[in-house]
This record gives sequence, structure tokens and C-alpha cells, in this order.
Amino acid sequence: MVVAAARALTGRTSCFVGIGLPSTAANLARRLHAPELVLVYESGAIGAKPSRLPLSIGDGELAETADAVVSVPEVFNYWLQPGRIEVGFLSAAQLDRYGNLNTTVIGGDYRRPEVRLPGAGGAPEIAAACREVILIVRQNPRTFVQTIDFVTSVGYGSGPGERQRLGLRGRGPVRVITDLGVLEPDPVTCELALTQVHPGVEVDDVKKATGWPLSVGELTETAPPTPAELAVLRELEGGTR
Amino acid sequence: MELVGLAEGIAALVRDGDTVALEGFTHLIPVAAAHEIIRQGRRDLTLVRMTPDIVYDQMIGAGCARKLVFAWGGNPGVGSLHRLRDAVEHGWPHPLEIEEHSHAGMANRYVAGASGLPFGVLRGYRGTDLVKHTATLAAVRCPFTGEELTAVAALNPDVAVIHAQRADRRGNVQLWGITGVQKEAVLSARRSLITVEEVVESLAPQPGAVVLPSWVVSMVAVCPRGAWPSYAQGYYDRDNAFYREWDAISRSRSRFTEWLGTL
Repeated sequence: MVVAAARALTGRTSCFVGIGLPSTAANLARRLHAPELVLVYESGAIGAKPSRLPLSIGDGELAETADAVVSVPEVFNYWLQPGRIEVGFLSAAQLDRYGNLNTTVIGGDYRRPEVRLPGAGGAPEIAAACREVILIVRQNPRTFVQTIDFVTSVGYGSGPGERQRLGLRGRGPVRVITDLGVLEPDPVTCELALTQVHPGVEVDDVKKATGWPLSVGELTETAPPTPAELAVLRELEGGTR
Repeated sequence: MELVGLAEGIAALVRDGDTVALEGFTHLIPVAAAHEIIRQGRRDLTLVRMTPDIVYDQMIGAGCARKLVFAWGGNPGVGSLHRLRDAVEHGWPHPLEIEEHSHAGMANRYVAGASGLPFGVLRGYRGTDLVKHTATLAAVRCPFTGEELTAVAALNPDVAVIHAQRADRRGNVQLWGITGVQKEAVLSARRSLITVEEVVESLAPQPGAVVLPSWVVSMVAVCPRGAWPSYAQGYYDRDNAFYREWDAISRSRSRFTEWLGTL
């Protein structure tokens, strides 16, 4: 999944990165096939070149290796909002067929939820303003649901034309990378369809892991991770203390 | 500006029922000041912060907070804030009201507050469910283009508390590295307390530093390692092990209460 996400950054120029899988994937890409990729962290580190994976988005390593360190209001207002950043990398606890994301609450009432999640953070504006969004989410019926419990960040809303109506200027999610394969939005309906499976994964497995009737597009199989990709990934992951 | 001891500064500036912003975006988190607020038994606080992390988890678990105004509440790089979750999900130690925004929204609320404006404006929130639940944001039309944007109410905390690397003897404060939203927090607040690693004769220039002149700061308290377990660039690193340890401490009420007793 991380390798597939790193590959998705081939040829990209800049990436807004959150901590966790997105950060691992973006750093892997920078080590392998995208050495010029500009990593932008919401803590204000622009062009960070960490030698090890940061545990948090505010690690000193990020500030020390960045081209520029700016304030948090500046990173959102001057850098993200005008659409200067090409790719936004996001994850979520729940996602629906239109790539809308929930990172706020699960179950119960908003004020008294069954599970209180961390909340929005930078995600709503990353989802709105990055020129494209790539999602990385583990796929199972709890995460890929018919209806998300809270819309924290907008993908394609309720379908075609909704982003334009809402004035969201980025394209929206162009790719969802999961532990089973890759989903991409249908150009007409905006609904996510399976377009790629990882080695050893059957289409039926992916359907079972999806909470809506999953459509399947023209299907390819993910090339297995190369020894070089795995070696760099292990080195990166081994470096976080 | 007055140079004070930490306990004296908290006693003078932070009162029951206040709206308090302890800011720090992963770096320079004013942990020692937060612990002093807990020790002095402050109650009914409205806690404001973009990224409430383990220090707000501690204050919420200790019963200091009535309300939380925030954008992202997690243990960065580790997982959930168990005390925050317990307060929201089960009302322990008492119910916690929440007012929830995005990072961009919170940042613009501080900027508006620091600028003496009633609201900030941004492209944000449209299409999200935050619109339905958060009273401090509203749609606004651009008077020039007619475009619909989002207005967010200014934040003007009663008191802002931040940690900085150093101050000079006159109380001018200097911080550098990731400086987050601390300048805006101090300038938006009615009163401010800044803890510093050290007081020096004069401030040598630092690349990318923010300087807060003494006349916008209420009080400065010297507090070496006052940001631990977060970090102070140029002084000490982040103690990642404690962030992981906090996950275990905060999971159960009894283990947390035991920890609170050692504070």
C-alpha cells in the first residue's frame, strides 16, 4: 500500500503531507523516483527533506531540513488556499463512494458520539484546495461505508457537479490506494471504481471489503514491490525512534 | 512586561472561567505552564488550541476544562487522546462542550483576533458537516465578486500562554524553528504569559525567528525544559518515548489519576 502510494507521486512536483502513511509514502517517493518532490507539512515546513521519518508533523528534523519555515496561518493562506500545491495526501476513518471523508465522529450523536476521532485538522482545506487528492485508506466494511457518519472533508459530495457548486477549486480525489488495490473515480458519475488489485487479491475480496456495491473498471494488477523499494522503506521505517 | 516565577505568573494571569490558549504546533508546547495550571486547580476554563495534544488531555482529565475549542485532538504520531475521548464520550470527569474548526479556520480566527477584526475569511468548510454544528462559522458573500466564502469569528482569548527559547532582560521574547500560530495567539489575547528556556543579556539574531517585543507581553517566566516532552529547537529534542508512554498512562482513569498525583 505504501509502495503503491509512493509510486502515485511519480512526476509530481509538490505534496501536502500528513503524518502516518502519507508521510511514509511521500518520503519513500522522494528517496526513489521523485527526488525533487517538494514536501509541505502543515506545521509550516516547506520543502522538508527529513533523513528519517518524522514521528510528528512538527519534528525539528522537518524545520532544519526545509527550504522555508513559515507560520501556520501562512502555510494555509498563502500556500494551500490558492491551489499552489499539486497533491494532497489524506487518510480517514470512513470514506464513501464519492470519496468524502470522516475523521470526526463515529456513531451516536455528534455531541455524544460512540467514538470521538481527532477531528478535521488540515484535511477539509487540503481536500478542497490541492489540485489533486490521493487517499490512503485500509479497506474493510467499517472504513468503506455506504454513508459516512460525518462529512469532515469533501470528495465529490453527492456526485457530479457538486465540487463546482461548492466552489471547491481542486479536482478532488483522483485515486484511493488501499491495502487491497486502487480505486479511481468514474469520469462521468464520480463514483469510485476498482481499477487495480494488488498481487494475490481477488476482485471478490475487494467487493466484500466495501460497504457499497463496488463497480469494477478496466482492471490491472499492481506490480509487486521491487527489492529497492522494500529496502528503502525498511530503512525509513527503521529510522524512527 | 514583568519577569515572574511560573506559579506567580499563572496565579496572576489565569483565572477560573477564563478562555485560555496554550499554543504550540508540536514544537515549543508550554507543558510546564499547563502543569502549573493543573496544580493551582483552575476550573471551568475554555481551552483553545489548534492541536490539543497530550497536555490538553492532561488538563481535561484533571477537570480544568468546561469547553474545548480546537481543530485536531490527537496524540501526534501515536493515536487517540484517551482523556479527551472519555470526556466527550462518557462525560468523565465531567462533560466537555466542544467547538470544532479546521486548522485553516482556527489559524484565521487567531489572525482576525490579532488584527482587531471581528472575523476572518477563507475558502473552507463548504460542504462539510462542521457547518451544521459550529456556531462560530458562517457563509459570507464577497462584496466585490459575489462569491460565497466562509467567515470565522475572531478569537480573543483572555490569556495566551506560549513557550519560547529565550527572552532578554527587558522582556523581549525570541522563538524560532516551527513557530506555528504563537505570535497570533499572543497578539489576539488580552493577557499573555511566556515561559522561556533562558534569559540572556541581548537577543542574537536567529534565522526565521519571531520576536515579540516586551510591551505586548504581560509576563515572562524562566522555565528550563518547560516544553518537555515536546521540544525546543536548539535546546533539546522531542521525547517521543513519553508520547508513546502517555498512551498507556491515559488509557485508564485509575492509571491517569495515579499520574495526576505525581504532578
